[in-house]
Amino acid sequence: MPDIEQFRVDCAAWLEENCPDSMRWEGPKAGDGTIGEMLAWGGRKADWSKNPDARVWLDRMAEKGWTAPTWPREYGGGGLDKDEGRVLGQELARLKAMPPLAGFGLTMIGPLLVDHGTEEQKKRFLPEICRGEIRWCQGYSEPNSGSDLASLATRAELDGDDWVLNGQKVWTSYADLADWMFCLVRTDTESKHGGITFILFDMDDPGITVRPIPLISGYSPFCETFIENVRVPRDQVVGGVNNGWTMAKALLGHERSMISSAFSERGSVNRLVELAREYLPGEDGRIGDAHSRDSVVALTMDKACLDLTIRRTGEAAKLGQQPGPETSIFKYYATELNKARYSLMVSLLGPQALGWEGEGFEEGELEITREWLRSRGNSIEGGTSEIQLNIIAKRVLGLPD
Amino acid sequence: MSLVLNEEQKLLKASAADFARKESPLSRVRALRDSDDELGFSRELWASMAALGWPAILVPEQYGGLGLGLTEICCVIEELGRNLVPEPLLSNALLGSAAIIEAGSEEQKSRLLPAVADGSGLVALAWQERKTRYDPAVIEASASPSGGGWTLEGEKVLVWDGHVADVLVVSARTSGAPGDRDGVSLFLVDKGAAGLKITRQQTMDLRNAAVLRFDSVELDSDSLLGTEGEGLAPLQAIIDRATLGLCAEMMGSAEAVFAMTLDYLKTREQFGVVIGSFQALKHRAALIFIELELSRSALMGACEAVDAAADDVAEKISTAKARLSGTAVLAAYEGLQMHGGVGMTDEHDIGFYLKRARAAELSFGDAAWHRDRFATLQGL
Repeated sequence: MPDIEQFRVDCAAWLEENCPDSMRWEGPKAGDGTIGEMLAWGGRKADWSKNPDARVWLDRMAEKGWTAPTWPREYGGGGLDKDEGRVLGQELARLKAMPPLAGFGLTMIGPLLVDHGTEEQKKRFLPEICRGEIRWCQGYSEPNSGSDLASLATRAELDGDDWVLNGQKVWTSYADLADWMFCLVRTDTESKHGGITFILFDMDDPGITVRPIPLISGYSPFCETFIENVRVPRDQVVGGVNNGWTMAKALLGHERSMISSAFSERGSVNRLVELAREYLPGEDGRIGDAHSRDSVVALTMDKACLDLTIRRTGEAAKLGQQPGPETSIFKYYATELNKARYSLMVSLLGPQALGWEGEGFEEGELEITREWLRSRGNSIEGGTSEIQLNIIAKRVLGLPD
Repeated sequence: MSLVLNEEQKLLKASAADFARKESPLSRVRALRDSDDELGFSRELWASMAALGWPAILVPEQYGGLGLGLTEICCVIEELGRNLVPEPLLSNALLGSAAIIEAGSEEQKSRLLPAVADGSGLVALAWQERKTRYDPAVIEASASPSGGGWTLEGEKVLVWDGHVADVLVVSARTSGAPGDRDGVSLFLVDKGAAGLKITRQQTMDLRNAAVLRFDSVELDSDSLLGTEGEGLAPLQAIIDRATLGLCAEMMGSAEAVFAMTLDYLKTREQFGVVIGSFQALKHRAALIFIELELSRSALMGACEAVDAAADDVAEKISTAKARLSGTAVLAAYEGLQMHGGVGMTDEHDIGFYLKRARAAELSFGDAAWHRDRFATLQGL
């Protein structure tokens, strides 16, 4: 048996033995809450009481190094090669296992430190990330720096061996639950892009105040973070002083691909069909209203075309072709499609979509209404749709500024 | 199977691109129109295409063909679509001769397909009538038994390249009423049959089509193609694959009109700057690009499904035609708008693309029709 097939057998056996039943997810059920609520984010403030199995699952996987399967073993990773990593992913998918750990540590700051961190930074942060001991938030946007991120103004001034930070960050997801922030600060006012530094600090440091921002959907992961005379040691700069924009661009790529893949995972368009059949029943299981039927099919086709495009790009990449310009469309299209799907779901529910909470509405109906409101932000966060179109126009189509 | 072309397919596509660029610039299409050419295409160029083996792509090897798949012929058709090449490849390979391959007897295939493969014989498919719209069962032409053979009556319209076909495959009712799923039969009719009148039609997109009138046309018993009364299923399968061929053509044309538009955005100056620097135009251009990428995926996904004989072939084809219909018209409409006044002039080529985009959209079902078909197939 080839090594990789032996690995698959061993891997499957270990997962079967170690993945608790409650961590095998059969799909959305009423009362599950959002995927965000179901995932294990780790960190010092984690609340494991809702499902203690999640903690067991995390600890077992972390011990194997499989929360970060392809990171080096010396930093807490699994040391798997690409093929083994893919096999592990396939076996996890086969079990429908929930990811043992989610969050920016694994998906964003971790990979950045693997590539650009100092040896000391890797040893200090990566094992804690792998074990889910610290949870991270991202300090990018500011009240006056949204799409024009590079105009950010949170100042960092050197005082002895410390940088002293002053300013305000906004849209910091889960800042209230995070332990550390990776943050962009201004270290030079002479150069816009060349005066930004990427820096890490502990959210418990004196001078940090966090305030949640409720959204139109009634709940929100977002916060504003006030930074007042916060002292940060020099060795917590990543990638060098005034080199933060380069670091940020690397991370924005991660964020965009994460957002589009998240929508791709959850976008079971069958939900549209189920809702249409339930709320607009016709004869023989058909959808009773011609216009709704057309809308459901249109979005079903849109989803199929997006999925095919993701697959096509993946196949081209496997053949060694450079990822083509088509990848730039994913953030735009996945988020616009998600908005359209939720908007249609609300239409399909009709008056049953009017509920906010309490009697007279099913849990699933209330959830759709909240998620519809939340979805309106999909094309704003992580680079607005307009910014994505600018990128396509400039980088792909070569249209001039 | 894959959504990415293999090396052989890429080579085939590159040679078709090269051919279209060198042998068939748009000026040739314009010249054919301006000279009121009675064929509407060039026999000489068709012979060159035959020498490259294109009419033989789908013909099985035992009848002198290459026995390749739909993906291969789509590669060629897409490249020809870029320059709106009017030669009868799609009508011959994906409609006329496809009917013989799909439904013909051993004797019919051996007799007719070698000439199709070497390009010397042209076959057209006559399936539409004035009220057919997109459903091949909605036909009134009839064939009634007569002395061991058949007598054909009725009219067929928009027979693609019917004005030059040597053999016509004709759908007619041998029983039932328009719309019935049973009772449709397919017949082989020689272009010279007594009582057959062939009249060329003028269509806005400069493609070639004909009206066929059958006035008591007597057919032999061996002119029946396939099983009597069971012609609808093969007919639908043929039309489906031809739909995908048309999607490939639309893909090529839409990319070409977009390239023409981008070029204009980068060169046309107003207010002292190139108009492509205006965000209002940039965003619309980016949206067309996104549609083109999604369209290519839909096209490749459907080709893959056909060549792998997947269960959801019909849904995939409807997804592709719905998408391409939208994209082709969007690229042409937006392209003309961005060209401004010059786009409205007959002298500019963009009008050819716009007319062809809508003609293709309205052939084999538009987007709304294919969404409805998808819903029916899925029981929605």
